Amino acid sequence: MPDYAIKTSGLTVEFGNNIILDNIDVEIENGDFVAIVGPNGSGKTTFLKALLSIVKPTSGEIKIFGKELDKIKPGEIGYVPQIKTIDRSFPANSIELVLSGVRNRWLGVKSREDKKLALQALELVGAADYAKKQISELSGGQLQRVYLARCFASNPKLLLLDEPATGVDLVCEATINELIEEFNKKRGVTVLMVTHDWTAAYHHTNKVMLLNKQLIYYGNKNEAFTELNLMKTFSHLGHKHKVTFGLKSYE
Amino acid sequence: MSEIFSLAFMQRAMIAGILLGAVSGFLGVFVVQRKISFLGSGLSHAAFGGIAMGIFLGVEPMFLAIPFTLLIAVLMVFLKKKADISADTSIGILFSVAMAIGIIFLALNENYSADAYSYLFGSILNVSAIDLAVVAALSLIIAVIGKIYWGRWAYSTFDMELARTSKLPVETDEYILTLLISLLIVVSIKVVGMLLLGAYLVIPAATARIVSRTFFQMSVLSIVIGAVSSIGGLILSYFVDLPSGAVIILLQAILLIVLLIAKRI
Repeated sequence: MPDYAIKTSGLTVEFGNNIILDNIDVEIENGDFVAIVGPNGSGKTTFLKALLSIVKPTSGEIKIFGKELDKIKPGEIGYVPQIKTIDRSFPANSIELVLSGVRNRWLGVKSREDKKLALQALELVGAADYAKKQISELSGGQLQRVYLARCFASNPKLLLLDEPATGVDLVCEATINELIEEFNKKRGVTVLMVTHDWTAAYHHTNKVMLLNKQLIYYGNKNEAFTELNLMKTFSHLGHKHKVTFGLKSYE
Repeated sequence: MSEIFSLAFMQRAMIAGILLGAVSGFLGVFVVQRKISFLGSGLSHAAFGGIAMGIFLGVEPMFLAIPFTLLIAVLMVFLKKKADISADTSIGILFSVAMAIGIIFLALNENYSADAYSYLFGSILNVSAIDLAVVAALSLIIAVIGKIYWGRWAYSTFDMELARTSKLPVETDEYILTLLISLLIVVSIKVVGMLLLGAYLVIPAATARIVSRTFFQMSVLSIVIGAVSSIGGLILSYFVDLPSGAVIILLQAILLIVLLIAKRI
């Protein structure tokens, strides 16, 4: 296996005349926990979706674990989507949602083994209590835990999370981030997490990717949030705010 | 009461009702959960265009209605995917175009178009032995393909992007589902009628959704409701001497309302 988990060369994504990602060259090492930070519309979600083959690049190349995307097997990449995109009107419970990620289809009748597997994954993230609850009855934080369990159950080598803590309270946010960090450290899983929370990015991850259609910065978190980097990432033409980075207390 | 079971036309009608009700219930859950309830009405109008064309050309209407409706169904999915047009807009455009073609063919037909109008309301009591064989064959096809695809369709119905990340061919699966729905609609049009088909596809699934906690429960219940309401409506229509399609739909609607009220209480 190569040293890198993800390698993109000249990755460009355009929707019509809009450039969403512009010539991204990045190499992410195995086992890294990367925070992807940038303003709205900076291409963070599109970057994840390009890695997942949901969005087709206009040009450029993506390799994951040294393989072309069509050679990646189901389950090798875990994905937690933005909570606001989830259809809660679908009649399903937590167990079924977890199993969809493991079996790669929706299960009608579940075997005892299936249920055991799902329960173990839910227990791992502290969600066993609402295993049989319908997804429409879960809070935002509970649903995110179930999605994490869904990923953990399939033992991915790469985990992609799109704002996993958005819409949940501070305590819940901290717990979710701790669970992800633990998963990254104990299992050596490479994690890419889109977040608007710089504090979480600083506390839990080891690398930061600053994105604003172009790659502004990729590297160690300690050098990421310089005034210049933040100006480049968050300032728009004719709309120049001074952006500074301060750490709120997290404990 | 027992006399109606001994009548040959009622026996055919009941078997057709059970089969069509069950498969409509089965496919209806995907229509309801994908929020494309307009699809049933759209495709039945498209089928009417093919039927009118068949009547004009003097060939068996179904021979033209089937390929014509399948073509419209493929175009609906294609427009949605490639032209960035929403599902309801692509259905709205194509069913109006197909209907317009049907109206023009009917207008060009010098003979009386009573045949075409019988397709508007349908008549389950006029199901012939050949019609029944077609319904049975279609039901078997849907049952076999449905058993293979249910888990994949359900997964992409829940979340198409997640299904894609599991490397499922969601586009191909969607074409297969839409083509099966189209076939069901063309075959059902003679029985239920163009005007009521949309509801026939949607009401059992919507009713099942009210009381189901899982998608599997919803699927099973929708099949049962579709089949039982078809038989119930058929028997009722025989005794009250009213069009069977309309009685079936009203019976389904009453069940939906009762369950909605019961759930709120």
